[in-house]
Amino acid sequence: MKVALFVTCLVDQFYAEAGVAAVRLLRSLGCTVEFPPGQTCCGQPAYNAGYWNEARQMADHTLEVFEHADYVVLPSGSCTTMVRAFYPELYRDNPRAFARASGLSGKTYELAEFIVKVLGITRLGQGLAGQRVAYHHGCHALRELGIKDEPVALLRNAGAEIVDWPAATECCGFGGLFSVKLPEVSLGMADRKLSTLPEIDVLTSADGGCLLHLSGRVHSRGLPFPVRPLASVLWEAAQKPAVGSGA
Amino acid sequence: MEVKSNDYPRESARVIREEPHVRESVTGATLNFDSRRRAAYAEVDAEGWRHFAEGVKNHVLMNLDHYLEQAAAALERGGIRVHWAEDAEDAQRIVAALVREKGVRRAVKAKTMISEELGINPLLESLGVNVLETDLGEYIIQLLEQPPSHIVGPAIHLNLEQIRRLFHERFGTPLDAAPDTLAAAARKLLRQGFLEADLGVSGANFVVAETGTLVLIENEGNIRLSTSAPRLHVALVGIEKLLPRFSDLSVFLTLTARAATGQRLGTYVSLIQGPRRPDETDGPEEVHVVFVDNGRSSVLADLEAWETLRCVRCAACLNACPVYRQTGGHAYGYVYSGPIGAVLSPGLVGLENTKPLPYASSLCGACFQACPVRIPIPKLLLTWRHRAVEEGLTPRFEKAALKGYALAMTQPWAYRLASKALRLLPEKALDNTVVPVLKAWVEGRAGLKPSPRSFRELWESGEV
Ligand code: SF4
Repeated sequence: MKVALFVTCLVDQFYAEAGVAAVRLLRSLGCTVEFPPGQTCCGQPAYNAGYWNEARQMADHTLEVFEHADYVVLPSGSCTTMVRAFYPELYRDNPRAFARASGLSGKTYELAEFIVKVLGITRLGQGLAGQRVAYHHGCHALRELGIKDEPVALLRNAGAEIVDWPAATECCGFGGLFSVKLPEVSLGMADRKLSTLPEIDVLTSADGGCLLHLSGRVHSRGLPFPVRPLASVLWEAAQKPAVGSGA
Repeated sequence: MEVKSNDYPRESARVIREEPHVRESVTGATLNFDSRRRAAYAEVDAEGWRHFAEGVKNHVLMNLDHYLEQAAAALERGGIRVHWAEDAEDAQRIVAALVREKGVRRAVKAKTMISEELGINPLLESLGVNVLETDLGEYIIQLLEQPPSHIVGPAIHLNLEQIRRLFHERFGTPLDAAPDTLAAAARKLLRQGFLEADLGVSGANFVVAETGTLVLIENEGNIRLSTSAPRLHVALVGIEKLLPRFSDLSVFLTLTARAATGQRLGTYVSLIQGPRRPDETDGPEEVHVVFVDNGRSSVLADLEAWETLRCVRCAACLNACPVYRQTGGHAYGYVYSGPIGAVLSPGLVGLENTKPLPYASSLCGACFQACPVRIPIPKLLLTWRHRAVEEGLTPRFEKAALKGYALAMTQPWAYRLASKALRLLPEKALDNTVVPVLKAWVEGRAGLKPSPRSFRELWESGEV
C-alpha cells in the first residue's frame, strides 16, 4: 500500500523522531511511504483563530501537494481533523474546491486509525509489556472524528496497561492560540487534567500541540514521567514481536 | 445588565490567581453535574431524543411568527394577559406600569436568567419594591449582591464555608451548621416572603403554543410558590421558548432535567394555564406573560448564528466545559456564561462588546456532546472568530502574524528557511520572556526545544 506521510509542522519541527517512527512503523507493516516535499502546515492555527482566508490559502497548498496520493497519513489527530472535517467546510461556497477537498478528506487518516481501520492490524508486538500508559485523547480526533478505541487497542495489545484516568478525554488546555491568549486558563486546564493521573510510566498522545503543552507543564512541575508522541510509543511496541507470531 | 465581557482575559486570569476556591467549587460541582448528566443520558436513547428536540426547536424557530400568535391567543383564552417587549427598556416599562397600577410593594422572584438580562431587580428596587430571590442559590448571591455565576446553580462559585459564614453573620446559624440547617434558616425567611408578596416574577422553561401553557421546572418548590401565592404573577419569556404541541413536553421535560441535573424529571413541574378561576382557592388574580425579543429576532435572522436560539438554558454545556470550570461564570462579564454565553452574548449584545468570548474556548467540543438540542457551539465559536477577523476586531499584530504565517506556509522554500532559522536560534532564545507570545507560552511550560534536526532534514539526508 502506498502512503503519503503528512508529517505536520509541529512533528517536523519538535518531534522529528515521531515522524521517523511513523515511517518505520508503516514500512514494517508493509506500506511504501512517500514524503511529498512541498508539504508545510495544514492551516489549522489560522482556521481556529478565525483567519479563514489565510487557512484557505494553506488548504489550497496542501490540496495540491496531497491530492494525488492513495492515502494520506498523519501522526496528528487535530491536523487529520483539519484536513478531513474542516477543509470541506472552508470551501462551502466553492463547489469545485469542495469536491477536491472532499476527495482528500476521504483518504486522510490519523496514524493509529489507519493501522487499525485500513491495514486491519491491531497487534504490533509486545514492546510495551508491563508499562503503565496514560493515553491523552486529543479533542478533535475524539469528538470530531470519533477516534477513540484505535490508539488504545494498539497500546493495550502491545502489553501496555492503559491506566484508569478519570480525565483521559478531557481537554488538556492547549487549543492552539488559546494557550497563549488565555495562558492562565490553559495552564489551569492542564493542571486539572494532570492532577487526576494515577502512577504511570509514560503519557502519550497523537497530538503535537497537546504534547508540547503537556510536556512543558510536566517539565515545569517536575512530574516524574516522560510525555511521548504516540507514533514513537507504537514503534517501540513493534520492536518486540508478539509471542507465537512466528517472527 | 451591564456587559463587561471585554475584560474576560484579565478577569479570568485574576479569578484563577486570586480566588482559587472558585475554581475548586466550580470544578467539583460541574464535574458532579456532568457525570450525572452522562448517566441520565445513558439510560435512554439520548441521541434520538436530542435529534428530536433539535428538530422541534428548529421547526419552532422557522415558524416563530405563527407560533407566537398561536401562543398569545391560547394564553389569552386562558385569561393570561400577553405583552410584547422589543428590548429591555420595553420590558422594564411594562413591569413598571404593572407595579404602579397594582400598587405592588413586595415581590418574590423565582430563579430566572432573563430577569437578570433585563435588569428587573434594579428596576423593582428603584420603584420602592422590596425584592426577595426565592431560589436558595439566588437568595445567597442576592445577600452577597453578586450576579449568578451559572444558569442552574447561581451560587456554584461559593463553597460551604463561605455560605456558613454568610449565614452566621446574617442569621446567627452556627459556623459549622449542616447544609440542611442553613436551608432551614433560609426557608423560614422565604416562607414569610411568599406570604407577604403581592408580585411573583418568573421566567418559563417552555410555553406550549397549542394550549397556552407556561411550563416551569424546578427542585425547590419556590417557583410554584412564587407563581401561586402572590396576587400578581408576571412571567418574562424569551420569544424562542415556544414548543408547538403539549405532547412535545414528553421529551422536553425529561430531556431538560437529564441535561441540567441528571434527574429524570424536575422535582416540581408547574403547568400554568391562567389565573385563579372563580371556583379555585389558590392562584394569582392576574397572570401576565411578557414575550421578550431583546436581540433575539436579529439572532434568528442571522443565517450563521440562529441555531443558538434552540437553547433551553439547561447549563449542560457549562458543566461539560473545562474552560468554564477554571473560573465560573462571573469572568464572562454577562448574564449568560460558559459555552452558550460565548456564542449567545455576541448575538444579543454585539460582538464589539464581547470580543474575547468566542476565544474563551479550546474548541474541545464537549459542549456540543452535552447539549440536549445539539447546538453546534464549536462551529458557532469559529463563526464569531471569523467575524471578528472580518470586522477588524482582532489585534493588529495577530493579523500580521497570521498573514505572514500563511505566506510562509504556502511557499515551501520559506518554510524550509524558517525551519533552518528555528535551529540557528541560540539555546536560550525559546525561553524568551520578552516576546509576548513566547512569554505567555514559557511561563508555566518549560523546556520548549526543537528537534536537533527536523524530520525533513532527516528524510532528505536519507536517514529515514
Ligand atoms: S447551549 Fe445546549 S447545553 Fe448549553 S444551556 Fe443551551 S441547551 Fe443547555
